[in-house]
Amino acid sequence: MNKKLYVARSPRIAARQLGEEMLIMSAQGSTLFTLNPTATILWQGADGATTLDEIVERRICSEFDVNLEEAMRDAETLAEDLARHGILLVSEEPIINRNLVLQEQH
Amino acid sequence: MSGLMEEMGARAQRLGVPFSVQLDLTYRCNEQCIHCYLDHHDHGEMTTAEIKQLLKEMADAGVFFLTLSGGEIFLRKDFFEILEYARALTFCIKLKTNAVLIREAQAARLRDLGVQSIQISIYSHRPEVHDAITKVPGSLNRSIRAIRFLKSQGLKVVIANVLMTQNMDDYHGVRALADELGAEYTLDPTVTPMMDGDRSILDLNVGESALQRVFRDESLVGNAEEFCAPPHALDEDSMDSTPCSAGHTACYISPYGEFYPCVQFPLSCGNVRQQKFIDIWRDSEQLKEVRSIRLRDLSSCSQCAHGGSCTRCPGLAFLEGNMRGPSTSDCERSFARTGIPSANLLAKKDKVSPPRLVQIQLVPAITGSRLSGLASPVAAS
Repeated sequence: MNKKLYVARSPRIAARQLGEEMLIMSAQGSTLFTLNPTATILWQGADGATTLDEIVERRICSEFDVNLEEAMRDAETLAEDLARHGILLVSEEPIINRNLVLQEQH
Repeated sequence: MSGLMEEMGARAQRLGVPFSVQLDLTYRCNEQCIHCYLDHHDHGEMTTAEIKQLLKEMADAGVFFLTLSGGEIFLRKDFFEILEYARALTFCIKLKTNAVLIREAQAARLRDLGVQSIQISIYSHRPEVHDAITKVPGSLNRSIRAIRFLKSQGLKVVIANVLMTQNMDDYHGVRALADELGAEYTLDPTVTPMMDGDRSILDLNVGESALQRVFRDESLVGNAEEFCAPPHALDEDSMDSTPCSAGHTACYISPYGEFYPCVQFPLSCGNVRQQKFIDIWRDSEQLKEVRSIRLRDLSSCSQCAHGGSCTRCPGLAFLEGNMRGPSTSDCERSFARTGIPSANLLAKKDKVSPPRLVQIQLVPAITGSRLSGLASPVAAS
């Protein structure tokens, strides 16, 4: 992926940190997910205004011993996976109104 | 419960996290169900600001599953303001309601707010039976209409069917109604005492033979032979386990801020109007006592043949006078399921009953079938 991607937490999920992991329940299908500590950092940074590569560079590469290219590949895969389950919104534009994005997706 | 859910529950218990809370927003109700365990008068409900402060404290403490219940939650004018605030704190929210106040607009709002599920009480598929239990004419039709609105928004609806003498023959009809509406269905075959300990509503419980029929209905229990198989006693490993999640990963808050281990366990542990939620959760002496109980500490249950498969409720045991004692209604369920009496039932049977002073209510001379109902003993001490 060469384009800048913006990511935002879906407003229709429930989430809580439990120990080092993030627990997420999607309203769609009532599925429970857990995110490991690295994925949790990405999730917490997904505010709709920050691009995925900025999150990876500022919050993941600075915390963990991992090169940017490899971390970006993993982050893109994770973002796609979370988006498929309806718990993360991904867009090439900043995501300001998360409910609007969801309505457009339906 | 899924494996991941069990794992998360166990982790929450290890970390001392209050994973799941039921918060009753009001005890007021627009139905007057004959089996209800609540006093519906308002004795000073928490304000909107108090509830928001509590929700913030609960989120900070790690609460994930939040059930908003009552009374009827939609009677609170600030209900959507509370719900919106709770969702902004990313709780996983389940609502319990009779749904009679839900129209299209409310259903759409619930969907937009990402509510996980809505549990709705339905007692019969027949209006004359359901409405006689709620004491509100037209209530069944209004609840059904609301379920259609909720389902049209793609929301998960669970129909909860409490079984009692008035509706004991109707659960197949309610189940078929749930299927037709695309709702899930759950059956509770027992009526529990009122919060203040009043046990008079227990008379509404279905009899033993009806309970046996329910437990042998394969459309409800799956393999009846397996479900009703002879019980197994507690093994040594299980002796050190805890009886249930009440006070360990779960608790209940009343509309007045009282903090209890569970909605069915009226042991007051503090009040969130006077103390922070987390301080009560961590430091309450009552909760520490509840948490100290292991299955081996239970006076008769640890030796009971049903020990390994019993659904004993510590709250109901507490209402009987001893949180370490048996819960007779669970003993009766175990007996109806397996035909084998519990240690508690056997001990009760062995006790020599003292002579009972029975007062017979005097009734006017009447004839025919009404006699048997009215001339029964009304008080014994």
